Amino acid sequence: MRTLDRKLYRDLWRLKGQALAIAMVIASGVMTLILSVTTLEALSGARDRFYASHHFAELFVEVKRAPLGKLAQLQRLEGVNLIEPRVRATVRLAVPGYGDPVRGQLLSLPDGRQPLLNQLHLLAGSLPEAGRDDQVVVSDAFAEAHGLAPGDPLEAIINVRRTRLTLAGVALSPEFLFQAAPSDLMPDYRRYAVLWMNERALSRAYGMEGAFNSLTLTLQAGAREADVIAALDLALAHYGALGAQPRHDQQSHRFIEEELNQQRITAVVLPAIFLSVSAFLLNVVMGRLIQTQREQLAVLKAFGYRNSELARHFGLLAASIVLLGWALGVALGAWAASGVAGVYRDYFRFPEMRFGVPPWALALSLLATLGAALSGTWHAVWRAVGRPPAEAMRPPAPHRFRHHWLERLVPALLLGNEGRIVLRNLARQPLKAGFSVLGIALSAGLLMIGAYQLAAVDQMIDQQYREVLQMDVELTFNEPAPAGAAGELRHQPGVLAVETWRRVPVTLIHEHRRYRTSLLGMEPTPGLRRVLDSNGRPQQLPESGVMLTRHLAKLLDARVGDELEVAILEGRRERRTLPLAALVDEPLGVGAYLRRDTLNALLREGPSISGAWLLTDASRTDELHAALWEMPAVAAIGLLSQAERGIRDYMDETLLMVAAIFVGIASSIAFGVAYNNARIAFTERARELATLQVLGYTRAEVARILLGETALLTLAAIPLGWAIGIVFIRLLQGAFSNDLYRMPLVFTPQIFGFAAAGVIVASLLVGALIFRRLGRLDKLRVLKAVE
Amino acid sequence: MPDIVFRSRGLKRFYLMGEVTIQALRGVDLELYQGELVVMLGASGSGKSTLLNILGGLDSPSQGSLVYFPASRRPAASLPATEPRELDLAAASQRELTRFRRHHVGFVFQFYNLISSLTARENVAIVTEISRNPLPPEEALALVGLEHRLDHFPSQLSGGEQQRVAIARAVAKQPDVLLCDEPTGALDFQTGIRVLEVLERINRDTGTSVAIITHNEVIGDMADRVIRLRDGRVDQLLVNAARRSPQALRW
Repeated sequence: MRTLDRKLYRDLWRLKGQALAIAMVIASGVMTLILSVTTLEALSGARDRFYASHHFAELFVEVKRAPLGKLAQLQRLEGVNLIEPRVRATVRLAVPGYGDPVRGQLLSLPDGRQPLLNQLHLLAGSLPEAGRDDQVVVSDAFAEAHGLAPGDPLEAIINVRRTRLTLAGVALSPEFLFQAAPSDLMPDYRRYAVLWMNERALSRAYGMEGAFNSLTLTLQAGAREADVIAALDLALAHYGALGAQPRHDQQSHRFIEEELNQQRITAVVLPAIFLSVSAFLLNVVMGRLIQTQREQLAVLKAFGYRNSELARHFGLLAASIVLLGWALGVALGAWAASGVAGVYRDYFRFPEMRFGVPPWALALSLLATLGAALSGTWHAVWRAVGRPPAEAMRPPAPHRFRHHWLERLVPALLLGNEGRIVLRNLARQPLKAGFSVLGIALSAGLLMIGAYQLAAVDQMIDQQYREVLQMDVELTFNEPAPAGAAGELRHQPGVLAVETWRRVPVTLIHEHRRYRTSLLGMEPTPGLRRVLDSNGRPQQLPESGVMLTRHLAKLLDARVGDELEVAILEGRRERRTLPLAALVDEPLGVGAYLRRDTLNALLREGPSISGAWLLTDASRTDELHAALWEMPAVAAIGLLSQAERGIRDYMDETLLMVAAIFVGIASSIAFGVAYNNARIAFTERARELATLQVLGYTRAEVARILLGETALLTLAAIPLGWAIGIVFIRLLQGAFSNDLYRMPLVFTPQIFGFAAAGVIVASLLVGALIFRRLGRLDKLRVLKAVE
Repeated sequence: MPDIVFRSRGLKRFYLMGEVTIQALRGVDLELYQGELVVMLGASGSGKSTLLNILGGLDSPSQGSLVYFPASRRPAASLPATEPRELDLAAASQRELTRFRRHHVGFVFQFYNLISSLTARENVAIVTEISRNPLPPEEALALVGLEHRLDHFPSQLSGGEQQRVAIARAVAKQPDVLLCDEPTGALDFQTGIRVLEVLERINRDTGTSVAIITHNEVIGDMADRVIRLRDGRVDQLLVNAARRSPQALRW
């Protein structure tokens, strides 16, 4: 081993504290990229493989009823590859030992075998045997929620007939990776199930013999989706078709796609911010580290080492630190990704998931950090070797100190000698001080990102559940009931107020854009489910027309005054039009609201309702629930507190877990930056500090000078950090906008406080470490030796 | 007359220190000869360190010329084609200065300037690895009487030992000239004498030219010639009739 290389290892060991702190900054930046990208790839890879291996359909068509004989004609349509009919039925289930009514949808399977499309991935048991009428396969989330296993009995009401079923198997389906009931925001696995049974049995039970009401298709390679949709719509127009839906409109696919898109955006925005901040800090810190090696560099140069050899030596020093940090970042990132993706897997029910860090992410992160480190090193080495070695070996000439105008701002007595030294030190090298401030400020900005996410999610859910949703209980009826039925509810125990509503599933169409959602018809001025304007004040519903969530209007590219086409997915299944009357700002979901009478008229029905909201007396909850279960018309009882918990859990487990990881990363960057700043300042000042101690200054007095500088830099960095954080948050907030939620732009005092506290704590920690080091400083040696 | 190693004419050097210009050398004319031991005396600020740095290619003069003649004891034919017969250090490029330092000069600094993360042996090896015709590090350390301290780190060595490692490091490459900047400046009397003995022996045994700068008049007695510097000029040139052995020196 060459002696110069041996020096490299020893130097690395000697600098281990600083090297680790720098490696931490590198690891943090690298980790963000690896974490985001690996999670994203694992999820989208798992989804794509499951779709491919189980033949997820590309088009979905719902009709009222069409004869199976029609199929031959559809098969001949240009662009159609595989086509498969099936029967879909809505059912109510009773699970033995579980009181709440359970809703579900029941789909047919070709007798005794897998379908061509949307094949099931059996986790337990088997498919229903051919010829058996009672066997069903259930979705695994539902089976898991109730602890069901093959052989267990179930009871279903199919088409008002009570039917006894036996569980044959538990399965996953590419069609129901995300299983929320059609009108729900989040899945409720206990109260919503997907089941499959033999086609013959279901057709008979549902009155669909010789017919189908649902079609799934795949397209031939090169076929134009829009053409096939148009051809199908035309062919099925007489059978109550409401338009073929591409995957994009399919609920499960749509939700996963939204979540992956969200991840795709954050996988760009967050790592871009973190990686560029850490690259910048690395560049500065590495440059300053090399500068402290100036004298050694001069000695080597005096012996005749060439500039290129020195550049290589110090380049290797930098590269070793980078490699250490990078490897650490990759390992931590991959580890965190497996945790994060595991959580998403619970929500999305993928049968398998593979982890692999994409090579391009490895290369990109290595290149970015190595580039930043080497350019910082290069700059410093170049500056050091550029001077004659005799000059570099001489103790630095007294710096050009001046009385600084800042001094005049502070009374001389207050400032004292130490204060003066601190102030002049900083003023002498404003650029260096500026970089230190910027470094700390950037880490404060990163801390704000995490604090913002916590605050924004909180405010978002608070707004939805405190301001918008005022009810305690949401009752859903089996089928639309006359409006007068609500009267009975008022007399139930503990009911303080009742408000009724009508909901109908629809596809909203504007020009070529379409979105499947439901219309919610309410009182003219709903009190229990408020519609708020942008200032949070309750609004009245428009006399006519529909009100859309701003996000939905944007998806449909519709403006107030535009006519929207409404395909009603219930009853007569007609297409009507409605003007877009107003927009509403809601953080969660994509709602469409109108007056109940407007909706009743649109449906050409009398005053009817699909459910009611109740305001209840919390002390009589149990009594009320018991009474409500006795009412046969009630299909579901939604407890708002439960729904709120569901969405909070989802946010906590997904978004906020990632946010917490990022807070950890930002904190380590803050510490790494503060530590390096202080250590380098310490090395640069060692001679001066030793002199002062020899002159009789106590350790505390000397520490005040060094730490006073750190403190001043930190304090100066905080307001700048806030400004940087605001920019980061604005960048991020735009990215957090999807069908499920829109993060509000909030700036609470907590966000600012958290960031300030973060860097102050980091500085204090560093201060303690430096104070300890000051005690070990060998004054005489420092004064005598050049280095 | 022995061969000339260095010849300077009108050598000047100015520095910008902080906000003042320092005239370190105000025109130095002198020759250094093959195989001699020269002591340059002068008070602090006399320009002696600057002169030594320029002789060693660590610094460049602001004006004047300084010619280095490669060792005549090496046959001319063995010189690589790139090696000039003469080198004007005043006009040399950084690359030429680096090559000059690498192959022709050995330095001994007042504060030793050892690399603290390397052992005695490694501190020597770091120089021999880039030399053309070096002594093995162990042999160089034996020359200064440190053969039993090979694997000690600088922090485990006394000041005198550290300075002897620095001398071993300088002589290990078998330089044409050994330049010593206050080699005894940081040492006590006894240790200082020891270090001077080593320098004297190397000069005598290997024929390496040795230049020592010091402010200690007594050391002048061990030299072939004494060059007295004052205010950046050669003040006095003195040829000793006989060199005194370092053991005989007292201060």
